[in-house]
Amino acid sequence: MRALRWSLTTLVVVFLIAPLFVVAVVSFNENRYMDFPPEGFSLHWYAQLWEDISWRESWTTSLVVAAASAALAVLIATPLAYLLRAYHVRLAPVLYSLGILPFMLPPVISALGALVFWNSMHHSGRIENIVMSHAIFFSTLPLVTVSLAMEAMDPSLPEAAQTLGASQRTTFRTITLPLLVPSMITGYAAAFVLSLNEYIIAFMVSRFSVVTLPIKVVNDLRYGFTPTIAAVAVVFIAIATTVFTLFALYGNLLKFLGADPAILERER
Amino acid sequence: MTERRRATRGAYAVLAFPVGMLAVFFLVPLGIMVATSFYHRIEGAFYEPAFELANWQRFFSGVYMERTLFSIGISLFAGAVSIALAFPFTYFLTRMRRRPHVVLLVLVMSALALSEVIVGFSWTVLLGRSAGISNVLVWLGVMNESAAYQPSFFAVLLGLCYIAFPYCVLTLYPQLTRLDPEVTEAAQTLGASPWRTFWTVVVPICRPIIMAGFLLVFVFTLGSYLIPAFLGRPEHWTLSVFISDQATFNANVPFAAAMALFLTFLSLGVVALVMWIEARTRRIA
Repeated sequence: MRALRWSLTTLVVVFLIAPLFVVAVVSFNENRYMDFPPEGFSLHWYAQLWEDISWRESWTTSLVVAAASAALAVLIATPLAYLLRAYHVRLAPVLYSLGILPFMLPPVISALGALVFWNSMHHSGRIENIVMSHAIFFSTLPLVTVSLAMEAMDPSLPEAAQTLGASQRTTFRTITLPLLVPSMITGYAAAFVLSLNEYIIAFMVSRFSVVTLPIKVVNDLRYGFTPTIAAVAVVFIAIATTVFTLFALYGNLLKFLGADPAILERER
Repeated sequence: MTERRRATRGAYAVLAFPVGMLAVFFLVPLGIMVATSFYHRIEGAFYEPAFELANWQRFFSGVYMERTLFSIGISLFAGAVSIALAFPFTYFLTRMRRRPHVVLLVLVMSALALSEVIVGFSWTVLLGRSAGISNVLVWLGVMNESAAYQPSFFAVLLGLCYIAFPYCVLTLYPQLTRLDPEVTEAAQTLGASPWRTFWTVVVPICRPIIMAGFLLVFVFTLGSYLIPAFLGRPEHWTLSVFISDQATFNANVPFAAAMALFLTFLSLGVVALVMWIEARTRRIA
């Protein structure tokens, strides 16, 4: 069993890291063509991400979309998570499922839905359409994090505030909301990273007129590989790993992923 | 938060914002998609309102049904492989010390957050001729010359497993952390080996979780778009690829809408099955 545990864990780690490792090696290659083992060492392909205007533009577009849609996702999810937990709301399970559903269904459905929606509004191919679609699609993430925070909140805290004479509004503003902020930040970060990486919705909604970074990568791949694409991949991997490492260090990654509270008390 | 207050008018007023957003930007588009699936396509132009069953008939005949069955088959296969690997992995993970536990979770989450663009690209490189795994084998002297392993069915399957595996871990993780350690300890006190405990105690207890996780990962892989497009030949394309291909390059939105609706019903059916399994498990427990 011990041998099995060790070999399975190793296999999984190798499987998850292998393609990323090869891409990282290729991205430092001096040569324009991809070789392995690589020849020479160069940061040229990384510099191009910033120097080449079309790469820089797609960076900016992606960052704007990710920042705006994650903010909107939190704005949609937080009141929903709070109200469904704090009040007896009619049809609460249905409303919660409505918030989970877009993310559960294959993304191509949301993508085509948004495409026909904006077509019928005669407002297609705009950046705000992508922001809107991403906000709805990824609002599930802050919905889950904030709902978990509501579950975990000690009920005596808002009660104490009200016993001391605070109105409901003051209690919400000074006690509940500050306690929810960490979960809102985690929800924001998760939505941000996933939006940055999202391709199919952005592609179908953009109708070839807005180019986010994943769209740019796929477009360039149609004309063959370049080490610049490998450099983009490495930057993406670095962003994802950094966000989740920060998560593990400063937030509670285990709780966010739904671990049993008992396991969190265990030895560190 | 144990006690819930009665909902006030103010609460409903605030609730109107998130629910309204979800309704307008998710439910309304779905409704328009239903209507569009009956619309008439104008060759070389776009589409016009109509009521015809042509799109549905085309979908349910011959080649597209075949592609649908292929999509379902490969997603089931990839889902099964991933869950078979992810279940023991997650079980071991939840029993690790804190540090490796967190490090592995960060790795799994990072892999999950990666775009299919990046995953697909990385595997094309790894399985490709110029910088791939075969070059390492040549370098080691195991092979004579490098070879390309993509595009192929095997490559699509590997890619799908790569995106499905972290998702499996994520769906199994919350439940497996709740597996009472006393249960496995009891089995071992009574003399069962860890191996036997795993097969005769852990797996049977977790059967509903495994089933639910498997169905969820099936829906997830069914949604994969770029992996089959990058790593496979057209005969390995899945429903998602056809939908987006019809909607964008072929400009046949009504037909794409019919296919997307079928995919919606299929996914909703599977999700309903998952909820039924979960409700039943809760009743037993």
